Amino acid sequence: MGIDYFAIAPMVIVAVAALAVLAVDLFVPGRAREAAGIGALIGLVLALAATAFLMAGPPRGTFCWPEDLRGTGLASCSFVADEFTGVFQAIVLVAGVVVVLMAHAEIPATSLPSGEFHFLLLSSLTGAVTLVASRDLVTSVVSLEVLTLPVFALVALRRHDGRSAEAALKMFLISVVSTAIMLFGISLVYGVTGTLQLDRIAGALPLTGPAAPLTSAGVVLVLAGFGFKIAVVPFHFWAPDTYDGAPISVAAFLSVISKAAGFAGLILVLDKGFWPLAGEWGPVLAVLAAVSMTVGNLVAVRQRQVVRLLAWSSIAQAGYMLAPLGVLGGGPATVAYVAIYSAMNLGAFAVVALVGRRGATLDDYRGLVRERPLAGGALAFFLICLAGLPPGLAGLFAKIAVFGAVVNGGYGWLALVMAVNTVIGLYYYLTWIARLFSAGSANRGPMPRPAGIAIGVALAGTVALSVVPQLVFGISPS
Amino acid sequence: MIVALLAVPLLGCVLVLVLPERRALAAGIVVSGLTLVVAVAMAVVFDYGRADAQLAVDVPWVPALALRFQLGVDGVSLPLVLLTALLSLLCAVYSLRPAARPSRPKPFVALLALLEVGMLGTFVAQDLLLFFVFLELVLLPMYALIAGWGGTNRGAAARMFILYTLLGSGVLLVGLLLVGLHTGTLDMAVLAARHGEGLSRTTQVLAFLAIAGGLAVKTPMWPLHSWLPAAHTEAPTAGSVLLAGVLLKMGTYGLVRIAIPILPDGAAVLAPVLGACGVAGIVYAGLACLAQRDLKRLVAFSSVGHMGFLLLGISTLTPVGINAALFGNIAHGVLTALLFFLVGGVKERYGSTDLRQLGGGLLTTAPRLGSLLVFGAVASLGVPGLAGFWGEMLVMQAAYAPGPGLTRWLYLVYLGIAGAGTVLTAAYLLAMLRRVVYGVRPSPRQFGDLTRHEFAAWTPLVVAALVAGLWPRALLGVTDPTVRMLLVRGG
Repeated sequence: MGIDYFAIAPMVIVAVAALAVLAVDLFVPGRAREAAGIGALIGLVLALAATAFLMAGPPRGTFCWPEDLRGTGLASCSFVADEFTGVFQAIVLVAGVVVVLMAHAEIPATSLPSGEFHFLLLSSLTGAVTLVASRDLVTSVVSLEVLTLPVFALVALRRHDGRSAEAALKMFLISVVSTAIMLFGISLVYGVTGTLQLDRIAGALPLTGPAAPLTSAGVVLVLAGFGFKIAVVPFHFWAPDTYDGAPISVAAFLSVISKAAGFAGLILVLDKGFWPLAGEWGPVLAVLAAVSMTVGNLVAVRQRQVVRLLAWSSIAQAGYMLAPLGVLGGGPATVAYVAIYSAMNLGAFAVVALVGRRGATLDDYRGLVRERPLAGGALAFFLICLAGLPPGLAGLFAKIAVFGAVVNGGYGWLALVMAVNTVIGLYYYLTWIARLFSAGSANRGPMPRPAGIAIGVALAGTVALSVVPQLVFGISPS
Repeated sequence: MIVALLAVPLLGCVLVLVLPERRALAAGIVVSGLTLVVAVAMAVVFDYGRADAQLAVDVPWVPALALRFQLGVDGVSLPLVLLTALLSLLCAVYSLRPAARPSRPKPFVALLALLEVGMLGTFVAQDLLLFFVFLELVLLPMYALIAGWGGTNRGAAARMFILYTLLGSGVLLVGLLLVGLHTGTLDMAVLAARHGEGLSRTTQVLAFLAIAGGLAVKTPMWPLHSWLPAAHTEAPTAGSVLLAGVLLKMGTYGLVRIAIPILPDGAAVLAPVLGACGVAGIVYAGLACLAQRDLKRLVAFSSVGHMGFLLLGISTLTPVGINAALFGNIAHGVLTALLFFLVGGVKERYGSTDLRQLGGGLLTTAPRLGSLLVFGAVASLGVPGLAGFWGEMLVMQAAYAPGPGLTRWLYLVYLGIAGAGTVLTAAYLLAMLRRVVYGVRPSPRQFGDLTRHEFAAWTPLVVAALVAGLWPRALLGVTDPTVRMLLVRGG
């Protein structure tokens, strides 16, 4: 069984970069702060280049079943680099670049250890890059854990801050429980199907007979496990506290990279593995989506702290992203929404990191557009996109895609719930936007260049997706 | 050419943002002037004998959503395009006056230009989703105009406007997607030519409920109108003019363009409801106006009544009724725009629009302003020979003979109520005139009569009101071929 090293190149590059950053931090302590950041950026850009090359070529699979064991003829590759993988790897890696740039100012300001920060970030990204390519349940779980474990440490990295430790502990406990639940679900699925490869599970799921209830239980438990990672109601309780306690760049990481990778894993499991049971989990996901967007939006309305507001809004957004998954064939709508959400939400976080100050409230953003027209204008644009109104076309297209998938699937009631929710969402985004444009005077220093580049990258992505959204539409795992 | 119609204001919006602040207002006039030139050029090359969309552009935009950048103009949309371009220019001219010059003119002009893109785009879009995108595009600029340059309660009014109408948009989108799902196309012309073929009766009723319901918020139809009085009252003059003159027309335009031709069975089932809400709106607005103490609020409420007439006309599902509604659209656009301009002028001079504080005697203090107010009010209450007359007269004629499948006695009842409504309209407008224009002025307040800019901004509207009133065929002849094409089944 040969390994296609080209197919796994992005993952290997990120992993090697992580180790390199750690080594530099160990042996060159003096100048490590700058070096770690630059090393991380180089690694991420190289990985992006590899992803781009992979996307230009045909889909590649590796770690497949040997020819003589295939039996039914399914290749059953554990790691596939196709268009779907490429799009998600690109999202995750570009978002990683933006997070590194965001952290450049935050690391010295809050005395985070630079070497550890970048090492942990790259390790976590390694998990994310692997998760979006995985095609069997074990690879999924392992890469999900590789993604999550370093994040506990990242959240707790502000060692002198008790709230940071509390946030990390909360996330750790909930995450470990969710992993346990998911593993239990996987064991049930393995028990009834006898395989862990997603493509083989689809053929082996017993739809009737004595094993059917066991199958349903296994599927539901696996989905619940993913529910924690993507923070949909009722598995969301850790998110607001953790976002609030963590450094802002780590909160951005959680709300964009971790969520995007989690959704990629969920789409893979549903679209490739559990689709024959769509009749059972479809309505469940639709209800979860409706509850998630409603609860997220209603609570967000009452938030005055920006990071908490973004946390609740990203719970609501997770509801929109989840909505099409209840429909068979709704995957591409979710992919598009996740891609567009990543760009606009990351942009909002990048401006929040620039304005800085933990626990900042909406009122701290008064007059931002007049004092910093570019950053303020960009934030207004990101928020308009999140609300899904023109001229924020990217967000509007994402919403239309989700509405379309939901209506196609016959969930008219869910579409109406979404319609009401867009109104609630607009309410709090507008509250924030209105403050940006109002008069106010907070004396703000010059904009550091890396933060400016971070905002610029997110803005370029959001604008590009507004003009040519086709880039991220119509993509599903091969 | 049709792309230029949208590109000119869009580029203008960007251009204004990079220009220095003091050139912004002049740039606004140039941009809206050029747009009007394009619109007039379109009207010149337009072939008035044809019923289908002309000057068409069709480019795929987002294939995965079946969204096409498909534009075209026909008899129904051409008058509205001209009205929009004209009112935008007049607003730009009006804002140039020293007394009404907005603070922070740069964002003000940029927002007006962006608003114009959305308004024009809505009327020329030939793809259901593109129509929706443009319809949404007007919301934020209008919100920002009200919230940024409005009256004392602007924040709440602006929020109510955008949240309420966004709810309408969401429901509308569901309806549009439902149509797209069951027919496999979003091309308005193709769908209209099918006249509901391939759509079951249930689907049609559901889709009509969603589409008409969403549009009814924008129109606004009683009882979904409650955002309107606040938004109109708090908006700056240019905002009120465009809100009443153009934005309200998008709802009725959408009904005529999308809901009725594409979903004829749904329309037949729900038209009586539409008509009932229409006449309820006429009476409600009449009574509300009689009780109004504020001039601007009175003009705002009167829109609900006029829109009620248009809805009644549309609900007859006859060419006469729909032509009348489209005529009324333009007439209301011209007259209400004029009235809001005049109210803006009154407010500037008195510092208030409260009828009790205004006292009377406008005609002696500022005779030209007073006479224009009389002209606007009289035209609005539907005196023959002026624009307001034909729309309402033809609507009532259509209600006397509603389309096939509709209960005739019901429409006769509507006709009776609408008739009573015209009396109410006359009553409140004349009462308003008596309190503001006539009589002696309570205090020796002195202020100037019409200024140059006011004269320039208002004359075109007066002329338009006269032309439409004296020569209605000029307008009805444009809309009629398209309306017949949209309505006639299997024709």
